[in-house]
Amino acid sequence: MSVATQDTAISTGKITRALIYLVLLLFALFYLLPLFVMVANSLKPLDEITGGNMLALPQTWTIEPWLAAWSTAQIGVEPTGLRPYFINSILMVVPAVAISTILGAINGYILTKWRFKGDNILFGLMLFSCFIPFQIVLIPMATVLGKIGLAGSIPGLILVHVVYGVGFTTLYYRNYYAAVPSELVRAAMIDGAGFFRIFWRILLPLSGPITVVSVIWQFTNVWNDFLFGASFGGTSQPMTVALNNLVQSSTGVKEYNVHFAGAILAALPTLIVYIVAGRYFVRGLMAGSVKG
Amino acid sequence: MGFLDITNVTKSYGNVEVLHKVDVEVQEGEFLVLVGPSGCGKSTLLNMIAGLEDITSGDISINGRVVSGVHPSKRNIAMVFQSYALYPNMTVGQNMTFGLEMHGVPKPEREKALADVSKLLQIEQLLDRKPGQLSGGQRQRVAMGRALVRDPDVFLFDEPLSNLDAKLRVDMRTEIKKLHEQLKTTVVYVTHDQIEALTLSTRIAVMNGGYIQQLGTPREIYDTPANIFVATFMGSPAMNIVPAKIKVDNGVVFAELTDAEGQPKLLRTVQSNLAAWDGREILLGIRPEAITDPDGADRKSTHLERLDNRITVTEPAGSDTFVTMTLGGRDVIGRMRADADAAAGQMFEFAINMEKAVAFDPQTEDRIRPD
Amino acid sequence: MAHHSTEVDFKTKLQDWIPKLVLSPSVAMVLVFVYGFIIFTVYLSFTDSRMLPSYEMVGFANYDRLWGLRAWWTAIDNLFVFASLYIVICTIIGLTLAILLDQKIRGEGGLRPIYLYPMALSFIVTGTAWKWFLDPGIGLENTMHLWGWESFKFNWIKDRDYAIYTVVLAAVWQTSGFVMAMFLAGLRGIDNEILKAAQIDGASNWSLYRRIVIPLLRPAFLSAFVILSHLAIKSYDLVIALTGGGPGRATELPATFMYSYTFTRNQMGTGAASAVIMLTTIAAIMIPYLYAELKEKR
Repeated sequence: MSVATQDTAISTGKITRALIYLVLLLFALFYLLPLFVMVANSLKPLDEITGGNMLALPQTWTIEPWLAAWSTAQIGVEPTGLRPYFINSILMVVPAVAISTILGAINGYILTKWRFKGDNILFGLMLFSCFIPFQIVLIPMATVLGKIGLAGSIPGLILVHVVYGVGFTTLYYRNYYAAVPSELVRAAMIDGAGFFRIFWRILLPLSGPITVVSVIWQFTNVWNDFLFGASFGGTSQPMTVALNNLVQSSTGVKEYNVHFAGAILAALPTLIVYIVAGRYFVRGLMAGSVKG
Repeated sequence: MGFLDITNVTKSYGNVEVLHKVDVEVQEGEFLVLVGPSGCGKSTLLNMIAGLEDITSGDISINGRVVSGVHPSKRNIAMVFQSYALYPNMTVGQNMTFGLEMHGVPKPEREKALADVSKLLQIEQLLDRKPGQLSGGQRQRVAMGRALVRDPDVFLFDEPLSNLDAKLRVDMRTEIKKLHEQLKTTVVYVTHDQIEALTLSTRIAVMNGGYIQQLGTPREIYDTPANIFVATFMGSPAMNIVPAKIKVDNGVVFAELTDAEGQPKLLRTVQSNLAAWDGREILLGIRPEAITDPDGADRKSTHLERLDNRITVTEPAGSDTFVTMTLGGRDVIGRMRADADAAAGQMFEFAINMEKAVAFDPQTEDRIRPD
Repeated sequence: MAHHSTEVDFKTKLQDWIPKLVLSPSVAMVLVFVYGFIIFTVYLSFTDSRMLPSYEMVGFANYDRLWGLRAWWTAIDNLFVFASLYIVICTIIGLTLAILLDQKIRGEGGLRPIYLYPMALSFIVTGTAWKWFLDPGIGLENTMHLWGWESFKFNWIKDRDYAIYTVVLAAVWQTSGFVMAMFLAGLRGIDNEILKAAQIDGASNWSLYRRIVIPLLRPAFLSAFVILSHLAIKSYDLVIALTGGGPGRATELPATFMYSYTFTRNQMGTGAASAVIMLTTIAAIMIPYLYAELKEKR
């Protein structure tokens, strides 16, 4: 799908245009409100939330809740803050994204430039695997991770995310490489380059844009995952699970401000990616509806 | 035995045979053009020579070596693609020497070859640019340069000019012809453009439906087409094909055809063996340039026939004026001098050069050859 | 002189195999971890597995049990309510925003990212934010009271009958911007000349959209429907973070049902059966769609 070349704009009167702007701004407010609530209340002392107005700016500004969420808040039974879980998430995300992206690139290359009988069926099987409800694999996955000694470990989570991410990365690269003329590969073959050299010297140098898309997509997905983290995280739980434990904990006073600070901490990496590379993020989302 | 031998080659995809027993022998230094409409099998044949597609049966040998199963890079060929297939991430210089690099040619030699070829093609100033920064014509040159650098046994061209605009195409055509005359390398060139085929080649293979319809020099193909397909595919505007009846009168063979009013007209033919067709229908093939105004007729022709007919349309094309009339119930186009006094709706006297006319069997559509 | 090289040279032969060889780990991974596991779960759904997988076949007993469970029916009812509202509302908001944004809006570049950013967040973050924002004690209701609207009441999140709608609200907040982006891309892909032709034909703005533009957006509608319905069926994290499936079981969905039956109630067979039903539902939507999409691209 192409972006921003033409408008289907209609000619409208002044009042209609004012109304259009009004509606658009109201929606902007709707989308921004929760973010505002999170940020504003994460900078308030707790009594300002319990005794005050959630939509108001802080009267006393404090970063205490942030520090607490990061290093001292009670997560489950340990007062560790979210920091160790944040580190878990990083340790899990980086290899998972790297491996699944590399596999996706090479798969996409094969599925477009070295086609063979039945390749479309294989791709179809990979593609469908992106959309399965993961509940269908939870039980055997738990069993298998236990058997191979990866249960409750970061390598286990990496494996899970690679397995269920490779379909998407393959889809991205396949659609991207499909647009690269096959004559390029033929020319390189005649020039004497083999399978790996063609990939390394011809295709890969062209893959910058799609690699950004694939990395962002995988990063966002793996970072935001909760189901696998909760099911197989064990002692190596990722950030999302820790945040949920922090918020749902039933002991003691509910420290809303700390919860909000924690939520922002959990959202920060993906939000930064979105702000820095929003264009590619959207392209990744779009490719999720299969069309390249 | 030729330099490039294509012997009994067929190609099938599953049960569908797309090339049927093709036989071509190309001599060293020849410029062979494979021409035909899309889907005729010409590109498949070229790809098989290159090794980019497998041969179903038959043999291809290059320079005395059977190449079936040999990797494309080891056939000592070079190919220029329709899209040029320049590696977008490499500079022009890197593009041109990539093949040599892959074949392990040492750097100094690569540099030397690059310098020679870029000088020959006058692209020295482009060597550090990326393909994205080049114009269509420049890309075309670089693509040819990439092929030339390899100094191959055979050059393969796959519709190399079809992505250029009309004027540039003509210029590059001349360029390619010049290069061939200079280098005398063997060339196999695929195109769907009959003018390219006629202007460039030393020999042409006209293909259709997976068969070679005719293999011959441009003159042979143009003047004595093997069948109606070749006759109408080569040449523009296409050869007129007119139903006519053979009449023999006192040993003189006439073709009788009807004019715009439906009246019979007799044209004396030069082909004496058509007498055997007395009383039967044939299809008469006359090229537009053999139908002229009397002043524009070929003075050297010994068989100019006059014919009065009504003009339906005139199309002035600058250098000539094309005139359409109805003959034998079909639209027939003639080529007049630009200043011939022809106007739509008028009766007009045409001169028909029957020396250049050919006759086809209406059943088989093959040419009825003179004895 | 011709020397026949009958044996195909080694490098060429190897080149034929390398691609398949390199692809095979991914294929094996997907075959085992996706399709093998699916088969295993289907198998488990026919066994009397409880805390651990057991291999005692019980036929359709788990399915019979499942469809007899109140909790499962609640989950199915909830999914139905949730999915239909979620899909319809997201589509309406997405389409409206896309059409409005497409009117040569000044500041479109600023508005678009605002509509879309929720998609970058984890459902857990979204759930947390809305959970406290909708909490009557400290959130919206309290704010309204403080602003002087004493009678304002908004305690859906604590109300069995209404809690599911708060899940819809949060889910719509998260994804409607994405649907907007899909429709916007569709709108931008429409050939401008068609619109000019329609305007010359005298179509009013309203009929231009109703008769020409919206029908042309059919592919975008289809994509939106497929993506949203599959997200709806998979919804798990949002419910966990927002309501924890409560109050009581009021916001239980099949995904949360499966998890709690399998891992906390030790009814693995029943859990597996529920997972199989989820998969079947998604497959019924996704497979025809994917098939058509792949067909389209040669």
